Amino acid sequence: MTAFRVPGSAPELPDATGHFGPYGGRFVPEALVAALDQLEAAHAAAQQDPVFVAELDDLLTNYAGRPTPLTEAKRFSAEVGRGARILLKREDLAHTGSHKINNVLGQALLTKRMGKKRVIAETGAGQHGVATATAAALLGFECTVYMGEEDTRRQALNVARMRLLGAEVVPVSTGTKTLKDATNEAFRDWVANVETTHYAIGSVVGPHPFPMLVRDFQRIIGVEARQQVLDRVGRLPDAAVACVGGGSNAMGLFHRFITDEDVALVGCEAGGDGVETGRHAAPLTAGSPGVLHGARSYLMQDDDGQTLDTHSISAGLDYPGVGPEHAWLRDAGRADYRGVTDADAMAALALLARTEGILCAIESAHAFAGALDWVRAQDRDDLVVVVNCSGRGDKDVDTAAGYFGLV
Amino acid sequence: MTRLDQLFARCRAENRAALIGYLPVGFPSYDDSVAAMLAMVEGGVDAVEVGVPYTDPGMDGPVIQVAVDAALRAGTRVAQVFDAVRAVSQQAPTVVMGYWNPVEKYGPARFAKDLKAAGGSGAITPDLIPEEAGPWLDAARDEDLDPVFLVAPSSTDARISVVGRTNRGFVYAASTMGVTGTRDTVSNRAEELVARTRKLTALPVCVGLGVSNGQQAAEVAAYADGVIVGSAFVRALQDGGVDAVRVLSQDLAAGVRRR
Repeated sequence: MTAFRVPGSAPELPDATGHFGPYGGRFVPEALVAALDQLEAAHAAAQQDPVFVAELDDLLTNYAGRPTPLTEAKRFSAEVGRGARILLKREDLAHTGSHKINNVLGQALLTKRMGKKRVIAETGAGQHGVATATAAALLGFECTVYMGEEDTRRQALNVARMRLLGAEVVPVSTGTKTLKDATNEAFRDWVANVETTHYAIGSVVGPHPFPMLVRDFQRIIGVEARQQVLDRVGRLPDAAVACVGGGSNAMGLFHRFITDEDVALVGCEAGGDGVETGRHAAPLTAGSPGVLHGARSYLMQDDDGQTLDTHSISAGLDYPGVGPEHAWLRDAGRADYRGVTDADAMAALALLARTEGILCAIESAHAFAGALDWVRAQDRDDLVVVVNCSGRGDKDVDTAAGYFGLV
Repeated sequence: MTRLDQLFARCRAENRAALIGYLPVGFPSYDDSVAAMLAMVEGGVDAVEVGVPYTDPGMDGPVIQVAVDAALRAGTRVAQVFDAVRAVSQQAPTVVMGYWNPVEKYGPARFAKDLKAAGGSGAITPDLIPEEAGPWLDAARDEDLDPVFLVAPSSTDARISVVGRTNRGFVYAASTMGVTGTRDTVSNRAEELVARTRKLTALPVCVGLGVSNGQQAAEVAAYADGVIVGSAFVRALQDGGVDAVRVLSQDLAAGVRRR
């Protein structure tokens, strides 16, 4: 495991060319290379700059509300039984309602540092779009968010939020009309406007340096959680569990634990109707290596390398690709990835709501379902599990009400 | 000398720019796409870019996106690209233009072998940069194919040099910062990019992105070795069928001779 980053030291991965073993890299039009080089240099310089670090720290603390709490879910844990203790990392309590703000505040400060005045973003569930619109309002940037037309319907509340925050929301009607095509459209905007515009990618995907940069800004989730568990329980957890779409909340939680080899890392992908049905969004579980959106990773593709349509009840996980560092962790055997069906996720969402009074995002509900499964499959009692409650569920009330027939 | 080398030598001798036309395989049908490619050649296109349809064409604007979506919905397969190349390369030098993932999935060595066997001259890879192209460069060298990478107005001189050293056939200069599509004017940054590229490589420099008529072709031909036209051909095919493609090709071919 020597290839993993040593806590507190310079990252060992990705390598200097942006690769995590065979994954990652830069598969982009030449027109973007200069901007990617500029971003990589700005990120490297910023990390060494005490002024930048202090400014980001101030925003995370006094604007975003970090550190987020670690909540012990006692009644939810009791449903699992066997003395299991399930601890929730409460990213849902961060400003704007999800972990997305961590990354966006970092990238917004980089945008300012690079002298750019406009940010663009892709969004699926709308959480990253809302976070980007928020940071743009805070720092006075022009902001355009690309969102699949289907997602603008199922996450209408977030569309309104973004517009209230002053952002332009562009519905994308090409292809599958979801996150994948919103990402294509954001890349097209960026190619055309790269000299004045920063593309604030919302997950640990895309060409180098994005997977590294977004991870570096999300890593605080695991750094805080690890210390909080030590303080609360007196030992490291047995597992850290998170949902995986592109994989930023999972990478954020996992990264600090990678060198803690006794901590299982469990990533929960969108199993949709069931991975065996083909109607899912679980590339690490049922996809194969390929190139999409600027990097090599696992993806859902057909025999011709065409991207396959995905299905998930969760807009934020409804994406055919995944971050390259997850692909690397998967192949290295360091993290375990599994598909969680729509039905299991929705059952976990309802269970968490009724036992803990926490209405989580449907994305995060996949992690809770996965955590229950993981605990039940172990042959030990008294397990301690950290689950990333990556977002709150207000945006999903319509979907959940329809699903459960509540209105 | 490769067929592309011969083409550019002939154009130089005729004191004109080369005209390169793009159409994707399978739009509006396989047969019509090949008929349109042959009509481009009849109208005066010197070399054909055969597009490999792809679900996520990040460098393409709406005209080409819609066309390749339709081609894929109609069931177009990557292997049909070689059939198209086989038909078209008998009439004119032919390269494929393809995003990387379908090539990677097909297998770079197998792709190069099948492309060569079909009579293809090389491949333009819009989302592949030389730094990531190791397996493709090996495969292209083994099959004596011309790899064509792009330069853009944002490219540093150092990167243009890398592309110049890596490419064979020609250098594709993206005229503007943006995606494919017809524009009222071709960016004036193209001329500056061509001038910079010429200082750094002896390869012919062809300009693409935004050229849609004979007048624009003439303007670009004044400073470039070749003029690449894509979206305008797709739109002509969509709106007026194969005959409209031939007419546009004639207009553009006259343009590249008015330098």
